[in-house]
Amino acid sequence: MSDVVERTLSALPGLLGQHDPGTGPGGAGGPARVSATSRLGSLIRSITALTSKHEEEKLIQQELTSLKATVSAPTTTLKLMKECMVRLIYCEMLGYESSFGYIHAIKLAQQGNLLEKRVGYLAVSLFLHENHELLLLLVNTVVKDLQSTNLVEVCMALTVVSQIFPREMIPAVLPLIEDKLQHSKEIIRRKAVQALYKFYLIAPNQVQHIHDKFRKALCDRDAGVMAASLHIYLQMIKENSSGYKDLTGSFVTILKQVVGGKLSSDFNYHSVPAPWLQIQLLRILGLLGKDDPRTSELMYDVLDESLRRAEINHNITYAILFECVQTIYTIYPKSELLEKAAKCIGKFVLSPKINLKYLGLKALTYVIQQDPNLALQHQMTIIECLDHPDPIIKRETLELLYRITNGQNVIVIVQKMLDYLKESKEEYAIINLVAKVAELAEKYAPNNEWFIQTMNAVFSVGGDVVHPDIPNNFLRLLAEGFDDGKEDHQLRMYAVQSYLSLLGEEDALYPQKFLQVMSWVLGEYFSLVTDVDPEVILTKLHSLLKKTYVTSETKAWIMAAVTKIASHTSCSETVDKLIQEFSSSLDTCIRQYAFELKHLCEDKALMKNLLPFDASCNDMVVDASLSFLDGFVAEGLGRGAAPYKPHHQRQEEKLSQEKALNFEPYGLSFASSVSSSGVTGRQSPTGLSFGSDTSGNSAETGHKETNTLKLEGVRKLWGKEGYLPKKEKVGKENEPQTVSCGSLLAGQAGDPPVLRSDQGASLTEEDKEKQQLASTLFVGLGSSAGVSLMGKADTATQKFKRKSKINETQHSEEASDFKSSAASDFGPLLDTAPINTEDSEESTHTRSRKASLCSSDIVEDNLAFETPQSLKKSVLDDRLSDNRVSQSSLFADSNIEIFQPSPSAQCESASETLLVPSLPEELQELPHSEVLELHQSDALALYLCKAWTDDSLLLTVLISNKTTSALNAVNLVFEETEHFQILESPTHQFPVIEAQSLEHCQKCVRMNKICTQGILSGSVSYQSEMETRLEFSVTLSLMDFIRPMEMTTEDFGKLWLSLSNDVKQNIKMSSSQDSLSAALNTLQQKLKLHIVDIIGNEGILACQLLPSVPCLLHCRTHSGMLAVWFRSPCAALPDGLLYQCQKVMGES
Amino acid sequence: MIHFILLFSRQGKLRLQKWYTTLPDKEKKKIIREIVQIILSRNQKTSSFVDWKDLKLVYKRYASLYFCCAIEDQDNELLTLEVVHRYVELLDKYFGNVCELDIIFNFEKAYFILDEFIIGGEVQETSKKIAVKAIEDCDMLQETVEEYMNKPAF
Repeated sequence: MSDVVERTLSALPGLLGQHDPGTGPGGAGGPARVSATSRLGSLIRSITALTSKHEEEKLIQQELTSLKATVSAPTTTLKLMKECMVRLIYCEMLGYESSFGYIHAIKLAQQGNLLEKRVGYLAVSLFLHENHELLLLLVNTVVKDLQSTNLVEVCMALTVVSQIFPREMIPAVLPLIEDKLQHSKEIIRRKAVQALYKFYLIAPNQVQHIHDKFRKALCDRDAGVMAASLHIYLQMIKENSSGYKDLTGSFVTILKQVVGGKLSSDFNYHSVPAPWLQIQLLRILGLLGKDDPRTSELMYDVLDESLRRAEINHNITYAILFECVQTIYTIYPKSELLEKAAKCIGKFVLSPKINLKYLGLKALTYVIQQDPNLALQHQMTIIECLDHPDPIIKRETLELLYRITNGQNVIVIVQKMLDYLKESKEEYAIINLVAKVAELAEKYAPNNEWFIQTMNAVFSVGGDVVHPDIPNNFLRLLAEGFDDGKEDHQLRMYAVQSYLSLLGEEDALYPQKFLQVMSWVLGEYFSLVTDVDPEVILTKLHSLLKKTYVTSETKAWIMAAVTKIASHTSCSETVDKLIQEFSSSLDTCIRQYAFELKHLCEDKALMKNLLPFDASCNDMVVDASLSFLDGFVAEGLGRGAAPYKPHHQRQEEKLSQEKALNFEPYGLSFASSVSSSGVTGRQSPTGLSFGSDTSGNSAETGHKETNTLKLEGVRKLWGKEGYLPKKEKVGKENEPQTVSCGSLLAGQAGDPPVLRSDQGASLTEEDKEKQQLASTLFVGLGSSAGVSLMGKADTATQKFKRKSKINETQHSEEASDFKSSAASDFGPLLDTAPINTEDSEESTHTRSRKASLCSSDIVEDNLAFETPQSLKKSVLDDRLSDNRVSQSSLFADSNIEIFQPSPSAQCESASETLLVPSLPEELQELPHSEVLELHQSDALALYLCKAWTDDSLLLTVLISNKTTSALNAVNLVFEETEHFQILESPTHQFPVIEAQSLEHCQKCVRMNKICTQGILSGSVSYQSEMETRLEFSVTLSLMDFIRPMEMTTEDFGKLWLSLSNDVKQNIKMSSSQDSLSAALNTLQQKLKLHIVDIIGNEGILACQLLPSVPCLLHCRTHSGMLAVWFRSPCAALPDGLLYQCQKVMGES
Repeated sequence: MIHFILLFSRQGKLRLQKWYTTLPDKEKKKIIREIVQIILSRNQKTSSFVDWKDLKLVYKRYASLYFCCAIEDQDNELLTLEVVHRYVELLDKYFGNVCELDIIFNFEKAYFILDEFIIGGEVQETSKKIAVKAIEDCDMLQETVEEYMNKPAF
């Protein structure tokens, strides 16, 4: 291939010189070399000739100006437009904005012939991004082209759809694309599958119904189509592997055929059959076989064969081998295969090619926890890679070492990591590695000095980019301490000493976070160091405060430290000086601190009381409800002051006064309601009755926060991998109770490193050095070092295992977390691979989390299962009674043309007739309305009854023949209206109705176009002496077609985000429904809505318009108003429902 | 998944860019500048892979032209190298002994070929013959249409 691209830019002037500038499009050369002389050609040529960036800019701006004029001129032909578009693409590529041309790109795609259309589509896909508003204009063109008879047009449309398409417009093209799956041309089928893959990625819900068709694509006779479908399967299996286990056999068969060379040689790549396909399949198999012995069993053979077949010495075979190895180590293990895979890894690691070596290391990192012996086998290579000039290899090696760290090699490994850190400048790498060092240090630190020094390095190298958890965890570790008081004391003392010496260095600049850590530790534990005068510390802090590079946040930390130190010294010159100096500081924060300090210094007893020594973990009793102000408030109220209203309430009131509609985005009020929940907690109607209990502490605030409903939160909490664990809160200080889990603590430090340098007698110095390094690095690994040893080291060296401050009863999840970690710490020492304790810990974590989550899910499900049942009943019952009551009124105010009897007349007429209409039995079980008389004549009576089934509205028309002779050919016809649709046929014929008898017919009705109320009219005609026709009409309300929709909160959250039509409105609540639940119950009973969840002052409800148009409601109460937020895929539905809501809320 | 593909010359001039993730234009420009600089400053003996943020850059030089893909951590680096190579093969088959000039002056064709080969950051058509044929079909059709359109109507 190296000869392929021989002519390079150096040839450019020569080639260009052959043509005069400005000649028109010439036909010289092959089809591909035409445009060298075109306008684009001259543009490119002139740019190449330029020497400075400035000149280029000028030239391009000129070009853009002329292009702008050309594309907007009405006389521009499509052909010229195409050429302009290509030049625009070029300008964009050089980084110049050309948004004026975007609309013309769309136009070109729409109007051009094939050639122009193709450029138009290309320009669109390059210019626009997925959320660009102009993209909507493309939809029509795509639809048109998809229906084209020209294959090339269809191809182009499919290609653009699979690259870029507005999510909300998917329904417009989906049926067309589904049709294409049956197309006779394989390229069309393949591209259709690609488009569906794209849809699956951006809107998985929309393609749920075509999963069967994916299966068909998988079995397509064309390998390309099948391969395209694998992308979808890989994605789906990633998300839910258990749902596709049944396909394992098919995947294995396909892979067997591919590996066996059964595919057309078109798919060969350097004589390897369809490598991309193979790798795709290997990945799928890995996902399917994970932790599943039975499924894994099916694939052992084919994996073995893949390993065997990949023999040619070419990159592509190595790529396949690498995937094979990963799959073999991912699925349920089989020793024979593992052995072969291990050999394979050896090939990679020992290869002289850097690329292969890197992949070897990557594979090793992946498998090392299952097979630590491999690290021992390759230890010399690993040592070499540690000093490799290529940073990626070094980094990967450190990653590998990180995974085999234990109590015995931690010092060496951390040193290597710190060395790397000092050289690295890339922020991302630093953040990543610093976190690892901190983790290892905390886990395996052999002694205090080392730990503090390592953390010092972490803070100074990591700078201010370190994750905030690192300093927080470190300080917590210091504060909480361990079982052994003496150890604690030493650690803290050492920290203080080390910081004092660091601060002693002149001109040293430390990152802000490091300074904050230092000042906290100094403030808290300065008194542990007895040989240093506090005055010295104060002076150092004082000089820090004056440095300009120290931010005001850090200054606040330092001031806090000074205050703490001052509280324990009798009187200090430095403090006085400091107070004087900063009382006039321009920084108001610092000034405030200075004043506080000043006042505290005047009352030493209070100060001591306020700042006790080493009590950072103890809880301070704070009267968060500010009860001592009660008297003051009462006095104020007594004088006629208005009771306090929290900020958000005031704002909302102001808003609701200003305008009837709330245009405020919902998100804002969400936030304010969360942040102010603590405040509302202590607000009471009178402003007096709140007690002095500590109701406002942070624990409760946290509780409240989880109590409010956050729809967006649903998604954040639940990621693709399942539950995303929430980080423990750092600020535990306020928690009322601490329960220490002493049993979780491990006491002893690890054994000293064992050196094994006996092998290297005949080796060179350098090799000896390496050997020695190896022995320190790989100590404690593998079988020779002994499983028991490792096990011991692991449990024993968890020196800084954090003491738990978690109240076990508080969060069951966190508690279970702890149990699982405890179990893995002390339980299974028989783990085959001792190093992976950490990992197994992790997996137990997730597993136990999952388990507990499952159980809670089940509980929730049960709830969800039970409540709707009972609710449904009650709803139905209510609906019945409700309808009985409201029926007359409902019909009274609607215009029924024929039938207007008063209720008494109705009774009369009903009793007059001999035939009291009764419903057919099957209807009586359904919720139904009362039987209503529509028409009464001498000959016959017409009755109607509505029944609400789960999936439709059932209208039953009863016709009773009052005459003494049979009526023939009675025809019932419903007129067509735009709002309603009668399923099946709108007519019904009774061939004969016997004398004095009753016949009925049933029609299912659906609402086609949404309206709050509509009239469905019809007529009955029959033959007696003469043709008689009776007209009637019934009023159907929107509510006849609304059914509760049962779903879980989680589903609700997902659906909510996917819906686009929004309606928000505040509805006044009457006094009888002052609470949210009362209001929601009203909605549930009257409107048949399903209450999904009520959390705090927010509730979510769901319903559907038959047959299946969902509408979701989110309700929130504030100051006598019910803020309702509707979302639905149908624009008119929220409006209709809103009207109903207002009606029922107003009625009750 | 490939996040983006960049083609640039040894002088750092961008020849082709294709993005499979949505990013603001400003960000794209910054990334391009950064990456071109990183790769041009690499010495020849190093591997073809570079850590870059949470992605990996896989690059290869063909004559004076660099091909660079950004992939995710779980992607196969070697395979990506072969993706690049297959793309070059496709260009070669289409242009016939392809050189940088072909790509400079016919970059839209290079895009067409890329779109036939990779969609949404995943390799779609692995058969060389079919991929090139798809492009040539388009060209042929276009040419016939053009011929037809240009023919004087007597």
